[in-house]
Amino acid sequence: MIRLENITKVYPDGTEAVRGMSFKVNEGELCVFLGPSGCGKTTTMKMINRLIPITSGKIYIDGVDNTKIDETELRRNIGYAIQEIGLFTHMTVGENIEIVPALKGWSKAERRERAENLLELMRLNPGEFIDKYPSELSGGQRQRVGVARALGADPSMLLMDEPFGAIDPITRVELQSEFLKIQQKIKKTIIFVTHDIYEAIKMGDRIALMKEGKLVQYDTPANILYHPKDEFVEGFVGADRALKGLQLLRVKEVMTSSPPVAQAEETVEVIRERMEREGVDSLAIVGNDRKFIGLVDVSDLRDGKAVKDIMSPSATTFTVNAVLSEALSVMLSSGLKALPIVGEDSKFEGVLTFDAIQKALHEAVETKELK
Amino acid sequence: MKRQVVLIVLLGSFVGLTIWITSIGQLGIYRTFTYGDILTYTKDHLWMVFWAVLIAIAIGVPLGTLITRPRFTKLIPPVLGVVNIGQSIPSLAIIAIMATLPCFWFLCFGFNPQTAIVALFIYGLLPILRNSYAAMRNIDLAVIEAARGMGMTRRQILRKIEFPLARPVIIAGIRISTVITVGTAELAVLVGGKGLGTITLTGVFTRQPLLILQGAAPTAALAISLGFMIVSIERWMTPRGLKVKA
Repeated sequence: MIRLENITKVYPDGTEAVRGMSFKVNEGELCVFLGPSGCGKTTTMKMINRLIPITSGKIYIDGVDNTKIDETELRRNIGYAIQEIGLFTHMTVGENIEIVPALKGWSKAERRERAENLLELMRLNPGEFIDKYPSELSGGQRQRVGVARALGADPSMLLMDEPFGAIDPITRVELQSEFLKIQQKIKKTIIFVTHDIYEAIKMGDRIALMKEGKLVQYDTPANILYHPKDEFVEGFVGADRALKGLQLLRVKEVMTSSPPVAQAEETVEVIRERMEREGVDSLAIVGNDRKFIGLVDVSDLRDGKAVKDIMSPSATTFTVNAVLSEALSVMLSSGLKALPIVGEDSKFEGVLTFDAIQKALHEAVETKELK
Repeated sequence: MKRQVVLIVLLGSFVGLTIWITSIGQLGIYRTFTYGDILTYTKDHLWMVFWAVLIAIAIGVPLGTLITRPRFTKLIPPVLGVVNIGQSIPSLAIIAIMATLPCFWFLCFGFNPQTAIVALFIYGLLPILRNSYAAMRNIDLAVIEAARGMGMTRRQILRKIEFPLARPVIIAGIRISTVITVGTAELAVLVGGKGLGTITLTGVFTRQPLLILQGAAPTAALAISLGFMIVSIERWMTPRGLKVKA
């Protein structure tokens, strides 16, 4: 747990970077520091591990005043990842990840094992990458190593300053989603600095929205979106908050679960009748174990043909845990009116329709309650 | 690669030239120097270069590093200024001026090898200091920031991060300095030093071009060999990560 109490930072030249910031970040939560540049988000973050000295106020790490903890000890127990990554180019990937464990005096074998596990966690094959040098990696791979390094000595807290900021948008979205999955497993207390509201909404359990060194609103992403505290927040969120809400919802919360399905052995007549009865334009074809096999569209139905000949087996599918915005984007680009949704084991779980998305967004805007 | 071939050919020619002149034995009324003489003078030459460069490293690397530390950045203009001035005075002038200086505590100038070494050191300091300073200053700030954020102490950052990253450039400075010093050391004989300059100057005073070459050729060969040696050390010591190009 991290608690900030009336934190102020005044630089020697008189600039007030942070003014009277107070809030607390709960154990295991990912808290996003969001705001335009110069709002004090990075300064606030760096005061937590004392890279920047506090002018006045107190920061408590698990209840202990952080100025009472030895500076290097404090930092070794808080993972640190930055936008520029700052990998040590003269060391291998493995050596980079092992730095903090080495500083903490872990044995060589323990360190190596930890590095291998972390590479695996970051979906980099340890055998292939552990002895490579940073100059041999792509931008996305470097970011992954940067995050792995921050997790090196298994700290309970992480400070991440735009950790996915320096890569192309596609890789960034991928890394965000992967990191969210990882966070569900590792449950670290994380401070995540960004100026990108989409990233904030997608990543954050809570968002601390800052402006000119002051905390404007500290709330869940939903409340920031739908219950902005003042005009600044509203302006920062933008007029398209309903669209941004797409980031907040997961496919499984919106999809129609247990929709009608068909089996490959069924006849065209039976399927046509079922489509009419259920009022749908397409049916998912599933196997005995509810494995997704393919999709049949009403326009494909022709008498005398077997289902397995008219269905499209390579139909686009999406996973249940994906963010709604990504699924919607796939629907728009593929032209599917009903997107089949599958689980991790490729079992058919449901379909996502435009109607369902519209309804969910409308409900969100209308009824999201203030916590 | 091409450069190496050229250097090897040059090295061969200089060694060959030395052997040829030495084997002539008699130049009119003068005798050429013997292999024994050349060996002795080469040793003296190396000895002066070794001490001059060693002192230049001992002072240049720490000083170049020190002035990149935040607390000492004020020292950058005076330090680089003084060293630059040292470099802009002709080597012959420095050596000559040094010989006229009196004793300072344990260090006596005048006509002796010490004077030559100090003069050579002053002349060899600049490349080492300038390269150390540039190498340290050009380290990516994000790297230092990451290291600090991970809980490395200043000393650990210097030893494990900054120095290994700066080392190739520092060694390059040492190489330049060594090659310059080997050349300048020819003049050391003027102030009581020894070395291959003895042969060259004998040739100058006796107006024997071949004698001049008998001193100059091994000096050139020495500069090339030392340069080679240091390049190899540089390659060997450079962390592989800094050599790999993506």
